[in-house]
Amino acid sequence: MVDVLLLHRLHFGFTITFHYLFPQLTMGLAILIAALEVASYLRRDDRLHRAARFWAKVFAVNFVLGVVTGIPMEFQFGTNWAEFSRIAGGVVGQTLALESVFAFFLESTFLGLYLYGGERIGRRGTVIAALLVFAGSWISGFFIVATNAFMQHPVGYRVGPGGVLVMTSLREVLSNPWLRWQYPHVMSGAVLTGAFAVAGVGAFYLLGGRHLEQARIFVRTGVVAGALASVLQIFPTGDSQGRMLAEHQPVALAALEGLFESGPGAPLAIVGQPDMLARRLDNPLLIPYALSFLTYRRWMAEVKGLDAFPPDEWPTNVPLVYYAYHVMVGLGTFFIAIMLVAVWLLARGRLERSKPMLWTLMLAVPFPYIANTAGWFAAEGGRQPWVVYGLLRTGDAASRQVSGGNALFTLLGFMGMYALLSLVFLFLVGRDIAHGPEPEQASGVDGR
Amino acid sequence: MAVATLFFCFLALLLAGYVVLDGYDLGTGILHLRLAKNDAERQEVLATIGPLWDGNEVFLIAAGGTLFFAFPALYAASFSGFYLPLMIVLWLLMIRGVSVEVRSHVPAPQWRDFFDVAFSLSSLLLAFVLGVALGNVVRGVPVGADRVFLLPLWTNLLTGPQPGILDWYTMLVGATAVVAIAEHGALWVALRAAGPVRERAREVIRPLWRAALVLTVAMSAASFAVQPRLVQAMAAGPWRLAFPVAGALASLAVPVLVRRGRAGLAFAAWSLFLSLLLATAAFGLYPWVLPSSLDPALSLTIDEVKAADASLRIGATWWPVGVGLAIVYTGYVHWRFAAPSSSPAP
Repeated sequence: MVDVLLLHRLHFGFTITFHYLFPQLTMGLAILIAALEVASYLRRDDRLHRAARFWAKVFAVNFVLGVVTGIPMEFQFGTNWAEFSRIAGGVVGQTLALESVFAFFLESTFLGLYLYGGERIGRRGTVIAALLVFAGSWISGFFIVATNAFMQHPVGYRVGPGGVLVMTSLREVLSNPWLRWQYPHVMSGAVLTGAFAVAGVGAFYLLGGRHLEQARIFVRTGVVAGALASVLQIFPTGDSQGRMLAEHQPVALAALEGLFESGPGAPLAIVGQPDMLARRLDNPLLIPYALSFLTYRRWMAEVKGLDAFPPDEWPTNVPLVYYAYHVMVGLGTFFIAIMLVAVWLLARGRLERSKPMLWTLMLAVPFPYIANTAGWFAAEGGRQPWVVYGLLRTGDAASRQVSGGNALFTLLGFMGMYALLSLVFLFLVGRDIAHGPEPEQASGVDGR
Repeated sequence: MAVATLFFCFLALLLAGYVVLDGYDLGTGILHLRLAKNDAERQEVLATIGPLWDGNEVFLIAAGGTLFFAFPALYAASFSGFYLPLMIVLWLLMIRGVSVEVRSHVPAPQWRDFFDVAFSLSSLLLAFVLGVALGNVVRGVPVGADRVFLLPLWTNLLTGPQPGILDWYTMLVGATAVVAIAEHGALWVALRAAGPVRERAREVIRPLWRAALVLTVAMSAASFAVQPRLVQAMAAGPWRLAFPVAGALASLAVPVLVRRGRAGLAFAAWSLFLSLLLATAAFGLYPWVLPSSLDPALSLTIDEVKAADASLRIGATWWPVGVGLAIVYTGYVHWRFAAPSSSPAP
């Protein structure tokens, strides 16, 4: 018999993982579309505007999927995690409500105008609408990450009667030191997804010799944005996140790094398989002293391993978070390499003729999705066994009266529904990409 | 006024905003296949809600968020207690949102027929389920001394201490919601569309209005019978009678305004009617927020479920600003898309 808690966790894990496939592209494309529209307006270059409109079509389908898979997230706190909601709602409910009130209205209103507004709002209106959609999607990301940052590192609260968390300062919650690095890290991750998608589709057209004018714009935009984001992803945002972890969640850091033994001059594990019984890494490939240096900027600094903590405080699934983290960091390193070479080729004017690079860009499109997902697995799995770090254990957070059978029923329902949604999404976006950024014939009132 | 009461009013305001705004696009969905006879007409019907429905739905999300932080214990108890029906609502919202957005992407008639039917059916079921939800809140749920409950979808279809989500009363409220929302959609399409679509919308306004009033009277009588608290509240504070009385007047104004060709005012009057119906229920129960079907004394009250006043006072600093902005955006986009477009959108 699978236990109820695991079903609730799978329920949330599955639905949030699927959901986040969409917002990461929404946020990544939003900034690129806004940049293209602004550049088009300032330089009076209609090609950039057409590039933006092509990506707006992809954005629109992606946005709807993000909306319809996002609503269940807000509901699930109440349906499946009632104890968490009851205890932490005074704080996390507020950041989530801030998101809907300050971000969703902005985003949905101006997306409607951007997509359907056309001649009603004019060129300048189009630029402003694109900028406001960008603002809305990034503000939305801010409040979500602020909610998560509170769960990772609670601030701005006190424990009230009955153990419920009472918000004492919204300012403290929103200027959480954890949020300061987590937010840019998550956002540059989203830009990576958007940049790789834009560059990859451009590379696909260049390799096929189609839509060359638009393809060059896509590749150039994607590569420049991707190069910036891939560097920011590791330094300073990823690096600072790691040091935040060392300070506030040392046991999670030990699990992510696969460090079983505490000691000075801790090595950095590049590969290796955690053996939980023997409490060691099998087949390790280690860089001596590197973990100490990366964490504390001193080669001989003492880093706490898992042995420094009682096992009931370890992340519930150490191998999972270890692998997730290593997948994320490994892919992040590849992204830097790919994008820096691509930018160099672009600067030399040789990118368009470099078949290996175009193939690489085209095939790389799925990997930022994997890296972003793995990063969230590491962050959320690393926080376990806590749902609010140090305050509320995940085991005490689920709805008391919802049975495993009910949770399994709805989990299966979501799986079926999301399988169908994936088909619709891939079909539509595949169709848009196959059709390409040709001047559109009016396809009716709906227009897209 | 206590800050929790303020948030009770805020929440009622958001829910009324949701019913009025998403109500017209749900109603448009219910009538979609009835009002439009070919693909061009269907596009015309959908164009009246295309850029607007998503923003309207945000009122539901904002209401959920406000419920979450202002009344965490109510959010927790009711969302977990209504576990299955809420999941059904989520699935319907998904089917509906995807259907309306993707149907025009592909010209194949099979594709469009499928998503048109899916959109219309999910709109109808959503209106029904939302009505059923309201019925459940008014009738009460078996919340006991442990302060939680879990409602099955149905038991014996009777109200009583151990009811199901669906019983004769909640289904009556659901049916009333479907017809009242359909009328709202008809008034909307009559306001925003043109040509034969508009004519067909005008034709259904009158019969839907009659059906909605008959059902509303029956549903109101049933509500007073099922939930004696409503009668006591009206007797204790007769000011509460203002809501149903004003609601009745607003509903009676609709056919007059339609006959005089004041489509906008007719839509506004019906919006007022829907809001006042909701207000009648909300203030008829207050300070209860979720009655107990086991024992009235076990009902969840606002004092029990509210967040700490300190949290609420923080919320009160930004909530009116944010919702004020949201109302401005909503008004702006409705105004922007008010006149029919002279040429197809890009």
